[in-house]
Amino acid sequence: MHVHYLDPYQPRHSPIHNLDSRVKLALALAYLLSTSLTPAGAWASYILLAAILLSAERLSDLPFSYFLRRAILALPFIFAALPLPLTTPGHIVAEFSLGGLSLRVSAEGLIRSASIALKFWLSIQMAVLLTVSTPFPELLQALRALRVPRLLVAIFGLTWRYLFVFADEALRLMRARSARSGQHPQGGYRSGRTLAWRAQVTGSMAGSLFLRALERSERIYMAMLARGYDGEVRMKPLPPLPIAQSIFLWIGIGILTLIAALGHFLTRLG
Amino acid sequence: MHHSIEIRNLSFQYPDGHLALSQVDLTISPGEKAALVGPNGAGKSTLLLHLNGILQGQGEVRVCGLDLRDKKNLPKVRGMVGLVFQNPDDQLFSPTVYDDVAFGPLYQGLPLEEVERRVQAALAAVHMEAYAQRVSHHLSVGEKKRISIATVLSMQPEVLVLDEPTAGLDPRARRNLIHLLAELDMTMLVSTHDMHLVRELFPRMIIMDQGRIIADGKTEELLKDTVLLETHGLEAP
Amino acid sequence: MLSAPIPMHIPDGFLSTPVSVVLWIISIAAIAYALRRVGNELGERQVPFMGVLSAAIFAGQMLNFTVVGGTSGHLLGSALATILLGPWAAIIVMTSVVAIQALIFQDGGLVVLGANLFNMAIVGVAVAYTVYRAIHRLSGGRQWGIFVGGFLAAWSSIEFAALACALQLAASGTSPANVAVPAMGGIHALIGVGEGLITVGALAFLYATRRDLLIAGEGSTPQGKLVWGVGLAIALLLAVLSPLASAYPDGLEWVAEEHGFIEAARAPLYEVIPDYLFPGVSNEALATILAGVLGTLIVFGVVFAIGYARRKRSAT
Repeated sequence: MHVHYLDPYQPRHSPIHNLDSRVKLALALAYLLSTSLTPAGAWASYILLAAILLSAERLSDLPFSYFLRRAILALPFIFAALPLPLTTPGHIVAEFSLGGLSLRVSAEGLIRSASIALKFWLSIQMAVLLTVSTPFPELLQALRALRVPRLLVAIFGLTWRYLFVFADEALRLMRARSARSGQHPQGGYRSGRTLAWRAQVTGSMAGSLFLRALERSERIYMAMLARGYDGEVRMKPLPPLPIAQSIFLWIGIGILTLIAALGHFLTRLG
Repeated sequence: MHHSIEIRNLSFQYPDGHLALSQVDLTISPGEKAALVGPNGAGKSTLLLHLNGILQGQGEVRVCGLDLRDKKNLPKVRGMVGLVFQNPDDQLFSPTVYDDVAFGPLYQGLPLEEVERRVQAALAAVHMEAYAQRVSHHLSVGEKKRISIATVLSMQPEVLVLDEPTAGLDPRARRNLIHLLAELDMTMLVSTHDMHLVRELFPRMIIMDQGRIIADGKTEELLKDTVLLETHGLEAP
Repeated sequence: MLSAPIPMHIPDGFLSTPVSVVLWIISIAAIAYALRRVGNELGERQVPFMGVLSAAIFAGQMLNFTVVGGTSGHLLGSALATILLGPWAAIIVMTSVVAIQALIFQDGGLVVLGANLFNMAIVGVAVAYTVYRAIHRLSGGRQWGIFVGGFLAAWSSIEFAALACALQLAASGTSPANVAVPAMGGIHALIGVGEGLITVGALAFLYATRRDLLIAGEGSTPQGKLVWGVGLAIALLLAVLSPLASAYPDGLEWVAEEHGFIEAARAPLYEVIPDYLFPGVSNEALATILAGVLGTLIVFGVVFAIGYARRKRSAT
């Protein structure tokens, strides 16, 4: 019983997969930042950003539906931006009453919530593209290249490695609980006892997971010591970035900067 | 000429007061292959952890002539004793197989080309050359065990120390591992419950119980002494 | 798929860039300091200890229990980590969890990661620590202090992290404060109960099996005072700011604008009109309450709908 499906990486041989992980991470972050900086209502910029996203997705050898499915997971948050059309002042484009409450929808509010929804939709798909096309160990190397402290990178690496081990254990615990959670065959009893009791059982499982982790961390520490670990994090130096890849990186960053700048220019004109 | 491992009068008490080792004497000569057997809790794993100074008890432990009481010797000794833990999920803590096999050589400060060479050689020795970029979690238990051995072979140790190498393996993986151990031409100390493995691979057998060495001799002869084996929770194969 | 069980991971697009940047800076400073503290305390044990425990908290978030209908209670773990490991280690552990959730599972965005780290790894931990220590001292080290303290610490860590999240949404102009604060605060007041119950369950388990771990956490060193103070300050600030921001929903944005946070280009859009809380409702207090109720209902509706859909899917 292994939770392989936890690992979102999808091995393919696409141009996106073959891109150096450092270039991929830097460009994805530049894309997210550019999207974040693009002002509300700068539709031209959003169209360009969407075009970049869709072509990258096309190049990645994975179907569009795959990205959409993953993007839907974070959808509930969209409700945070829903009241905006009602509460932002501006030109009223629609007005209706709801049981004595008159609701006025403003154009500015609509533009803002649509822009937030767009930003969200573009950003999350780019993040999905990054992780499905880059194995996590390579992503860790890219983090090092972006000057994330090695200590933290090493901790992330171990977290990822043992996440799978403990996810398996959590799953086993929950299966064992399901296997013993039943109803009395004759009926007449309320199964599952109380909410607090169920929560407490879950808490015990969390506690035992913690305890196992504590013991395991001690054994891993010894296994590291046995191979010469001395507290300093040593990693293989990163290979130099090929010229072609670094040119691609800077052109990409340039384009993304221009798109955000265009957005500001357009909204200022309007 | 000195022995690979020399232990004199070693005792060890855990912080909770449990006496795990009591006056242990043991010598392993270069090239020797010895099996360490005994019931759970006999002190086998505790003894193995002393061999590269992770635990330090009362008494003398020398590896290739180096005294482990001298802290300066520890890094050297850890390169000489390749200690493989029982659970490969403890042994393999890096994101990829390559990172794990390269860990020891990197900490020895070897130049990168040498690290690369060591990794290739170690993976070849356990017949897992194609696995370098694989992720440990996705391997079978048998594969993990082989990689675990590669992670210490890459340090080119003098002595290979394994803690229950065949535990939890299915018959085929176990058979493959026995073949592998037979191929490795080096000094070996292996703790195990697998008496078939002992008879097949190890000319020398050491029986431990309650922190003491009960018997130490030729495997052939000790295996005939069914009374001795039974007293210490063992079964003849 | 392993998705964030507790709706508190802000995705990209929902915070303005200036708000994101400010929170990145605060989070980086706090995490860097915590890394140093933990390094001093644990030495070479730091990497394996922090890495493995982060993985355990991560997996612990998968555990759930049925609440009612298709909804279930989950663990976030900030408070549990704080009580068992101390505040500095808890900051590192939660950082690792939240960062990896964003990096590989898209639970929370990357530009806004600084904000999510701030809410869950810093606010959650500091507030939990303050509450737990306070109750613990009050109980004079008696057993009930561990459990009552654990429950309240867990509840507060969720509630205050949610309030911080709501204020960030408001300051970004994404969600009016008079909607975001009551909605986030309301739903997480309930979610916090689940967190509290699981945390108490975990503490009870450890109290029975490894009491030494709980005792070890008590012997907090002078470092504790700093976190205690910071936690108290954060809690007070959020407790004051949240109702204030709800009553004056433009206030936060106004502050943000004053400091040049929000792009000047957008300023003309925000001409402050006092009665736009809920147009048509003149009484401000009534409007705030209405908005709060509506917001909470929307969130509830969504949570129920998702739970229902999930249950249906798993039934077929």
